[in-house]
Amino acid sequence: MYRLTSVTKRYTRGKETVEALRGIDLTIEDGDQLVIQGPTGGGKSTLLQMIGGLDRPTEGSVELDGVDLARISEAKLTRLRAEKIGIIFQSFNLIPTLTAQENVETALVPLGVKPAERRDRAAEALRSVGLGERLSHVPTELSGGQQQRVAIARALVKKPKVLLADEPTGNLDEGTRDDIMALLEGLWREHGLTFIMVTHDSSIARRAPRLATIKAGQLTLTEQSPYGGEQQYAQYGNQAY
Amino acid sequence: MFGIYLKRELGRRKKAALVIALGLALGIALVITVNSVSAGMTQAQDKVLKSLYGLGTDMTVTKAQSAPKAGSSQGPNFKFDAKQSSSSKQSSDRVMTQGGQALSSALVTKVAAQQGVSAAVGAITLNVTKVDGSFTQGKAKSTTSSGSSNSQQGGPGGTGGNSSGGGQPQVQGGGASFNVNSYSVAGIDVTDQELGPLATSKITSGKTFTASQTGAKAAVISKSYAKSKKYKVGSTFKINGTKFTVIGIATPDSSESTTDVFVPLKQAQTLGDAKNKVTTIYVKATDSKQIATVKKTIQSNISGTTVTTSADLASTVSGSLSTASNLATSVGKWLSIAVLAAAFLVAALLTSSAVSRRVREFGTLKALGWPSRNVTRQVVGESMVNGLLGGALGIGLGLAAAYTVTAISPKLTAQLGSSGGGGGMGGGMGGPGGGGPGQQSASNTMEIALSAPVSLTTIALAVGLAVTGGLIAGAMGGWRASRMRPADALRSVS
Repeated sequence: MYRLTSVTKRYTRGKETVEALRGIDLTIEDGDQLVIQGPTGGGKSTLLQMIGGLDRPTEGSVELDGVDLARISEAKLTRLRAEKIGIIFQSFNLIPTLTAQENVETALVPLGVKPAERRDRAAEALRSVGLGERLSHVPTELSGGQQQRVAIARALVKKPKVLLADEPTGNLDEGTRDDIMALLEGLWREHGLTFIMVTHDSSIARRAPRLATIKAGQLTLTEQSPYGGEQQYAQYGNQAY
Repeated sequence: MFGIYLKRELGRRKKAALVIALGLALGIALVITVNSVSAGMTQAQDKVLKSLYGLGTDMTVTKAQSAPKAGSSQGPNFKFDAKQSSSSKQSSDRVMTQGGQALSSALVTKVAAQQGVSAAVGAITLNVTKVDGSFTQGKAKSTTSSGSSNSQQGGPGGTGGNSSGGGQPQVQGGGASFNVNSYSVAGIDVTDQELGPLATSKITSGKTFTASQTGAKAAVISKSYAKSKKYKVGSTFKINGTKFTVIGIATPDSSESTTDVFVPLKQAQTLGDAKNKVTTIYVKATDSKQIATVKKTIQSNISGTTVTTSADLASTVSGSLSTASNLATSVGKWLSIAVLAAAFLVAALLTSSAVSRRVREFGTLKALGWPSRNVTRQVVGESMVNGLLGGALGIGLGLAAAYTVTAISPKLTAQLGSSGGGGGMGGGMGGPGGGGPGQQSASNTMEIALSAPVSLTTIALAVGLAVTGGLIAGAMGGWRASRMRPADALRSVS
């Protein structure tokens, strides 16, 4: 369970201090799905970085299962990210020289998984996102949707507790977007993940069970009908699921 | 994963990797070349010194030539009679000691007895100038024809004719035709040939003296002299009327020999009219590290002598060998350092720049939970491979350059300064009074073929430099990568 208390983040740009987050309080239960929406520069990506342990707040605390991510050492934070948090990026962030399988394996390297097991688990993860035939393809040989699937496989191969997605459909066309969203919805439900996603796509946000809108560093929570978007994603449903 | 990732990344950035490797290769090749040429220079200098001293000789003891007395002529003196017939050949040898003032043979024993001296042998160096040819008289002739006159034949024997005619006798014909030949003779102690002039040569034909041949009329001659005179083992020749038999041909270690003929010391002393005299004492120290101390001991105990060590002699070496050696040790060394530093800097900057371009990549890995050390290891690993590649290329280029230098074998000349005249054998400049043949001074100029030997130490140094270059570049890139925050991965796309 996440508990964010009075989280404030300030950046200094020259002589100017920018307050990206202003005293945010937020609780996310295990297995919840939360969509964070807001205008560009509103602080949504900064909030995701705090939740993912990629950055530390200037003030306040970010607790995951009772561990304050703002206070633990860098080594422990790195280990926690490796074990518990899967992250999906808007631009996929795949290593261009590595194959799909090797890209997925990179998530298992910090866990000390042996090479043979790494290869097997990566192949299995790729098969689970419908890329069983693309194991040895490098990113440039894959479409945008396929690259994002590789990124999803990479995020999930380590069986994380939390899945964070930063604009996961931002670089995809509408059809592919719905495929990816259906895949993520399915995986969230199947694995019982805590799923937190940042998006500026209103159609996705509308269907989220819980919506956090962030503007000028301040958060407003909206509870919506549970899994409102489920039916709509399903009609585009990915064949692999 | 480390190996696969490294291989793929280097494959993707072939051009950048090649630029870094070539930069390092250039620096390393230059270091190898300069090192090997410097080693070649040192070898050449050693060769020069050994040829002058002989193997195993640590120093020489000589006595400087005293100034000639006023009005005295020390030039060579030849006496010839003009003969009636031009076919009557005459020959005259002029034998002079050279290489400083003669020392008493007893001094050799005294030097040998000094503390720190392992062995000492005396040698005498002679310069023989041989003049041979025919000297004919002019002939007196009377002219009978009127109005015409026979032109006179000038020449040493003629006194000039009177061309006015009138039946006066005229001297016609006469003159001289002679050759001047000069060569050096060393009288050596046949009982100890490990030290002294002959120690610089190898017997390539015949044999050397036996210890019992102290008074033998036998000679060992240098290969070049034998060739010019067409002498072989068994040939005989005369020095100032004394007949010697060639028992061996010696090939000097250096390209130029300073001695043409070696004879037993006693024979040389007789030839040079220097009974119980030597011109140079060759000394071997018990410990090569104590040479300076031994030099001081000899100088303080035996006054009036000049003790010359190889270090003293080295300082008098000039000519292109000295110039090239100085160039190699000064300009070459600094040029290598400058190129190497530039190569290291370029490698470091390129690696750092490559890390900057891979912010998202490294940020992503950190976001996935890669510890900084893993990311740094990746960057350092890539740099190390670049460095080793550069090292391999550099060693290849350096070896090729060194091989080329050895193949071309540029000739360098080494000259012994006049100040060193009292030093090694044959150190005198010309004969006494400066009247000796000019070629004697040429014997102080040696031609040495330069080689560029590459030692294992040099190769090890090159590998060390390659690793250092890789580490420097990797450290800079790794430091940047380690400071990168995982949030950069997200920020770079937002």
